[in-house]
Amino acid sequence: MQRFIFSKKNQITLISGILIVIAFISKFTFSQPVIFNAALIIASILGVAPIALQAYQALKVKVVSIDVLVTIAVIGAFLIQNYEESAIVTFLFLFGAYLEQRTLNQTRSAIKELTEMAPESALKQMENGEFKEVDVEEVDEGDILLVKTGAKVPVDGTVISGEGYINEASITGESVPVNKTVASKVFAGTILENGTIQIVADRVGEDTTFGKIIELVEEAQDSKSEAERFIDKFSKYYTPAVLVLSAIVWFITRDIELAITILVLGCPGALVIGVPVSNVAGIGNGARNGVLLKGSEVIQDFSKVDTVIFDKTGTLTIGNPEVADIEFYSDNKNEVLAYLASVEKESDHPLARAVVDYIGETTYFTVENTDVIKGGGIIANVAGHRIAVGNVALMERENVPLSEKVRSDIARFEQKGNSIVLTAVDGELKVLMGIRDQIRPGVKADLQKLKRLGVKNLVVLSGDNQGTVDLVASELGLTEAHGHMLPEDKSAYIADLQEKGQIVAFVGDGVNDSPSLALANIGIAMGSGTDVAIETSDVVLMNSDFSRLPHAVGLTKATAHNMYQNMIIAVGVVLVLLASVFLSDWMNMSIGMLVHEASILAVILNGMRLLRYKLR
Amino acid sequence: MKKATIQLDTLTCPSCMQKIDHAVKSLDGVDKDSVKVLFNSSKVKLNFDDAKTPVEEIEKAITSLGYEVKKSTVKEI
Repeated sequence: MQRFIFSKKNQITLISGILIVIAFISKFTFSQPVIFNAALIIASILGVAPIALQAYQALKVKVVSIDVLVTIAVIGAFLIQNYEESAIVTFLFLFGAYLEQRTLNQTRSAIKELTEMAPESALKQMENGEFKEVDVEEVDEGDILLVKTGAKVPVDGTVISGEGYINEASITGESVPVNKTVASKVFAGTILENGTIQIVADRVGEDTTFGKIIELVEEAQDSKSEAERFIDKFSKYYTPAVLVLSAIVWFITRDIELAITILVLGCPGALVIGVPVSNVAGIGNGARNGVLLKGSEVIQDFSKVDTVIFDKTGTLTIGNPEVADIEFYSDNKNEVLAYLASVEKESDHPLARAVVDYIGETTYFTVENTDVIKGGGIIANVAGHRIAVGNVALMERENVPLSEKVRSDIARFEQKGNSIVLTAVDGELKVLMGIRDQIRPGVKADLQKLKRLGVKNLVVLSGDNQGTVDLVASELGLTEAHGHMLPEDKSAYIADLQEKGQIVAFVGDGVNDSPSLALANIGIAMGSGTDVAIETSDVVLMNSDFSRLPHAVGLTKATAHNMYQNMIIAVGVVLVLLASVFLSDWMNMSIGMLVHEASILAVILNGMRLLRYKLR
Repeated sequence: MKKATIQLDTLTCPSCMQKIDHAVKSLDGVDKDSVKVLFNSSKVKLNFDDAKTPVEEIEKAITSLGYEVKKSTVKEI
């Protein structure tokens, strides 16, 4: 019976609405008070049934819910034979709940899209060696699975045979397919765009990277901030308080009408739903845009951030040195570069690798008599030429003449923060290269956006020497730069700022900066959806995409504002309604319920705006 | 102890959470601190001793409140 009533709630709402319409038509056009009353009585009884059931269940577990207030009010109206009010109030309450559900589903849609990307089935190798389609939950670690073109990888695993291209956008946000061959790791929720592979399952279900992301987002949207916990506590006592208030009013005035009107007006509908709605929409927007926010506490803190601290290498810069500047002192560039590449190919020095990467495709010669000079470079014979690659000291040792122009070029390169690599062929200088760690493209513009969003201080802390750090800071327009910092110095710096009352965010790579990530009010990991990044930080930027950072700050500010707006709407509505009961004569139960349901929809629709939030 | 994740039909009123929370916590063998009712994802997560209360009992406690259980998964912990 109970199940039946709940499952037919929408139909009940519809029928009671029709009955109300019939009642009013019969009253005004045919002046039929009997039909009018009969229709309203049926509508009231039908409508109150699901509400009363919910109220009963709530009372059973000692909760005074909104349903309890409404049920008492409706029964009260019924007893004083005000069928008009009892019918309209139940209808509005049910219809409001229906609209609430529809709109709430909208605000939850962003996160639902994410969870629906989870794989559901897998082709598992059975004992007879054949592959059979099974539910993904039946896959255990160590099982062998077949993934065909176009299918989702069902678990985290390792390729044991085959080859293919996988779109890992669901994990990294990067939609360019990645080539996977034997021994490559594959991740649940990613899509095999072409090829066929067999994998062995390493981690299944909630333990997979994708499972963890989903769990994080799901728990985040239901996590509560200080303000919400306060509201929860408040509404726990608020609803019984409304009940008591109305009892007192009835006791003093003996006016049942007034007492039950207070019951309806006092419903805390918009208050309990307003904040969670902003929260879920904000987190949903983030999830769609490559920003994982871990809960509403993080949103509150992040929206008020004063100082953002960056690690340099790998955060502001790409993290691997590259040839940034080059100057030729010779016309046969290709020949010189071919000699240089041939020599550098033998070395695994980071600068040598940067040179080889820069030159790219070329003809390699056999290299003979290689001599590595410590703290200088390499000397070798290539195609009958004596090649010297290294720094100024090596050139001087080799008696290579350095002209005024060359010396000033070197000084200019060094000023830009470059390491210098000189190449001489047969005692004559041919090429000067400046190698440095490149600043991530677009970082400067992103940092300016942060400033515009009201972040006061942008600080870089790095283990590098002060000169290099200063260069990065001045190029990017940071407010402060500190070099020679060990991990513990960084945390001490953060603690110091926090003591001064600042709210500090730290952006790092999530591995060696974990103490700072943990200590900062908001730890932001530039992880490509790695476990460490997900676990240690408060905010994860998918695919290490720095440009998500301004969006994250803007979004949290918008979300925090949205929450305040909703609280004001909710509290304002209750205050206005209660005041008008005592101060005006037009207020009654039906209007009160209408305004209430309207305010609930208003906060949900307001929250939904966040789904479309974009940083301008 | 086992860990259960119970997926419910969409939850719409925050007071539903309180009801479910109370109902599940009042069952024997349920670790009270572990009970989490997730409003937005409409899930209940909890740790319980299935020798005392099998998962079907927990599901029944929820359905008798009028909330449909869509799916539940139980894992050893």
